[in-house]
This record gives sequence, structure tokens and C-alpha cells, in this order.
Amino acid sequence: MNDQLRDHALKVTLLRRSDLWKRAAARTKRLANKKTDDPADASAMADDYRMLAHDVAKIRRLLPDSRAREYLETAYAQAHATLHRPAWHPGYAVLALFRDEIPAVVHWLRPHIIWATALFILTAIAGYSMIHTYPDLIALFASPELIATVERGQLWTEGLLNVVPSSVLSLQILTNNIVVSLFAYCAGFLFGLGTLYILGLNGLMLGAVFAFTGQHGLSYDLFRFVVAHGCVEISVMCLSGAAGAAVGEALIRPTAPSRTESFQRAAMQSGRLIVACVLLLVGAGIIEGYVSPNPMFPLWTRIVIGVSYWIFMLALLNGWLFARRP
Amino acid sequence: MDQQSGLVVDSVTGVDVALPVAGPGARSYAFVIDWHIRTILSAAWYLVAAMLHNGGWLVNAPVNPGSAWFIYVLAPPAVIYFLYHPVLEVATRGTPGKRTAGIQIVSRDGGAPGVGSLLTRNVFRLIDSFPFGYAVGLVTTMLTRNHVRIGDLAAGTLLIYVHNDTALAHYADERPAVNQLDATTAEVVTELLQRWDTLDKIARRRIAHSILKDPVAAQSEDDALLRTRLESLTAAASTP
Repeated sequence: MNDQLRDHALKVTLLRRSDLWKRAAARTKRLANKKTDDPADASAMADDYRMLAHDVAKIRRLLPDSRAREYLETAYAQAHATLHRPAWHPGYAVLALFRDEIPAVVHWLRPHIIWATALFILTAIAGYSMIHTYPDLIALFASPELIATVERGQLWTEGLLNVVPSSVLSLQILTNNIVVSLFAYCAGFLFGLGTLYILGLNGLMLGAVFAFTGQHGLSYDLFRFVVAHGCVEISVMCLSGAAGAAVGEALIRPTAPSRTESFQRAAMQSGRLIVACVLLLVGAGIIEGYVSPNPMFPLWTRIVIGVSYWIFMLALLNGWLFARRP
Repeated sequence: MDQQSGLVVDSVTGVDVALPVAGPGARSYAFVIDWHIRTILSAAWYLVAAMLHNGGWLVNAPVNPGSAWFIYVLAPPAVIYFLYHPVLEVATRGTPGKRTAGIQIVSRDGGAPGVGSLLTRNVFRLIDSFPFGYAVGLVTTMLTRNHVRIGDLAAGTLLIYVHNDTALAHYADERPAVNQLDATTAEVVTELLQRWDTLDKIARRRIAHSILKDPVAAQSEDDALLRTRLESLTAAASTP
């Protein structure tokens, strides 16, 4: 009996298992789309995986260019994906994220947070000094309308609620802040330069605007406007910058065998902090829409709101809100 | 299946999993379909909501738009347009465009990606969509080994083809007829026949006896008879 005949026999007997493959593919498809608590299903799925692996190995040799092989490869890959799907319990995942993972990321990012904050403060001081010394340069940072308003002795935030309702203002502000925060994180991909640019530009703008309003006797009004939401908003900017800086550092000094892997690890890990940043910015946006432009709130109320929200942020980032003790 | 264009992933079974990686063409096709869906949905929402808000056929913004205009007319289309991908990918592990193009998101180990990975790959769309028309993402998919964009690099994901539409021809039932072998036994028989001359006589007889059902052969010590019976079994198995 020659090898050709033997192979033919193997092919025929292998193809007779097509009904088993179809059943395995159907089970895989069913379990890929929904959960099951039935141990028999899980056991059958594991058996299917082994059976498909065995048959894939055989069909690669016996029928390399067949449709049966394509079918089997797909069924095998699907079974692999289904078996290797991570468990997902939303409640537990959210609790673990805020109780354990975000505090761990904050701890890991501590040097980056310090450096990002230092950069922000330094650029704010630089912006302040620049406009204090050369007032005409304010045109680099502010729009002509804003400059004209301040030169008339008014803040651009005055009467804001007469133009836009608080709800809309909140929505616009939080959307804008979230996009800037996400950009600061993603821009770390440019070896951290994009993040440094965004942090630096925001610091310069803040310092410049404070210097410019100060020259027109409006710095108290600006502080009054900013204090309720600004404590958290500026802190979140530094946190997002720290996350972006970590992504950039992973590319500059990889801690994994390859830059791609290092980048992925850093992006995934620091991305957890971005979830907290987005939530905090939603709160800051609501405060900025409802409290900051409303002249009814006295300064002390604004300071209490700003400081309280900042302490809330600290508690959230350290996991204290979810029974994690310092 | 072209093994060169795929990703090979180790498996605990020892048989690697071959994943056919989707290239820029399939990705673009899926994106264009998704773009049309989200654009049409957003535009439809805007038109209907604007007409309901204005109480007529006018769809322009009023002179003094109130919060209702922003919240019911402008915000939902923006949410549909910008959160289409992250929401659908997290909820259904794909989008209509990807399903139509026959592609699926998987993690680099061939498994299903987690929620964190799916969100990360969507956040990085901010970079991939730069400066317009997903230029950065498109160029990256052309240049990278597994045709991934920056978001995929960050999330450790890639897109693979899913040949769910591959029709499997109807073959005879797995249960063999009386004189036929099942696949596993056929494999043992062919292995046995291949190595017949090199195997110990007692060992090959023992294996042959365990395979052959008919009483004469099952008791026989005649090597030639056993081999002939095994060959006839294999020949019978060759008959579809």
C-alpha cells in the first residue's frame, strides 16, 4: 500500500468529521456572544478546542489549500478567542479600577505627576512674566474679542449665563476639557513632545491671561471665576500630562523587549488614570457651567467648593472613597 | 489561506493559531461603511429633532437657541457621531462596518480584547485621524507589520478576517459504516502500516488485534494476514 493511498484514507476519514466541526463552530459562536453558567458547555467547548486543534494540524498537512481547511482554521481561531476571553464582571471591574488600579497607577506615575506639575507651574510663571514685561504679546494667547473686553474693564465671563444656559455651557466646557485631556495623553505618542507642548501652552496661556487681567485690575475677578472649578481642572491637566509623559518615556526608554510592547504597556496602564480624569472633568464642567459664572456665589463659597472638590479628587485618586486606607 | 499575511499565535494545544490579518483595504472598507452609518444617523437625528423643535420644516438654528436646542437637537448627533465606535465596539465587539467587511478585533494573543483595550484604541483615534481623513491611521496601517494603526499599537489589538461565510461541503457522516474506520483509528492504522517492518512483532500484533474486529483476524498470529486486513480496512476508508 503506497503513501498516496494512505493519505487518501486519512483525508476521507478526516472529512467525515465535518459534522463535528460544524457543531463545534456553532457552539463557539453561541458562547462567543453570550455567557453560560453550564459547566457542560464549558467542558464541551474545551473538548471542541482540542478536537479542532488536532484536526487543524492534520488538515494543514493533508489538505492545505482546501475550503475545509479555511473553515477549520476559522473555527479554531474563534474557539481560541472565545476561550481566551477575559472574564468581565462590570461591577467588580469598576470597583477594582477605582479601589486598586487607579491608586496603583497614581503611585507609579508620581515622578511624572511632579514633573508635569512643575512644567505647568514654570510655564505659567513664564507666561505671566512675559505678558507683565511685554503686554503686547497677549495677542499670541488671547483672541482680539477677549483682549478688547478686558481692555474695557470687563471679564469675558461676565454675563456669560445671559448668552448661554448653564447646562449648555457645562456641556461645551466639559467636552472641550475632556478632548484637551485626551489629547495630552495621546500626544505622548510623539515621544512625549506633544504632551509637553500641550502642557506648556496651557501653562503659558493661564499665566499670560492672569498677567493681562492683572494689568487691567481684573485679576481678583478672574480668580473668583476660576477658583471653584480650576483647582481640579488644572490638576487634571497635569495628571493627563503625566499619563502622556509616561507613554512618551516608554518609547524613549523602553522597559519591555520592544518599543511597541513598552508603548502598549504604558498606554494601557496610564490610560486607567484617564478614566478618572474624564469623570473629574465632568464634575469640573458642571461647576464651571453652574457656579463659576453665577455672580450669586460669594468668594468663600467658591473657595469651599473648589477645595472640597480638590480633596474629593485626592480621595478618588488614592482609592480612599472605596475603602482603601492610606 | 496565505500564511505569510497572517499572525501566528501559540496555543496550549501545541497547534498554533493562524490569524489572517486584515490589511488597509479591508479596514478602510469597514471604516467607510461605519462613517456612512454614523453620518446618516446623526444627520437624521438632527433633521427630525430640528423640525420637531421648530414646529415646521425649518431645520436652521433659531436666533436665540435655548438649552432644549442644544440638548435635544445638537448634542445627540454629536454623541452618535463621536461615540459610535467606542460604544459599539465595547457592547458588541465590532461595528456593522467591520461585520460587513468580515473583520474582527482581537488582541495580539488571538483572544478577545478587554474593555480597556477597546477604549484605548478608540481614544487614540484623536491621533490616527490627524490631520484629516484618518491620514495618520491609514499610513500607519500601510507601514506596520500587522497593518495596525496607532490606537491598535497602544491597545495591543489587531483586525483579522473572519471567514464565517465559508461553506463546508457536506461529507459523509462521521460515524463509519461497519467496514469503515473513524478518523482517529485510520490515523493509527496508517501509522502502524508505515512502521510495520520496524515494529516489534508482538507489539504490532497487539495493536492490530485491538483494531481488527473480525474474530479470525483478532486471534490470528499470522503477520501477513493481519497486514492484509489492515490494508483492506484502509482501502475501505478511502471510499467516501
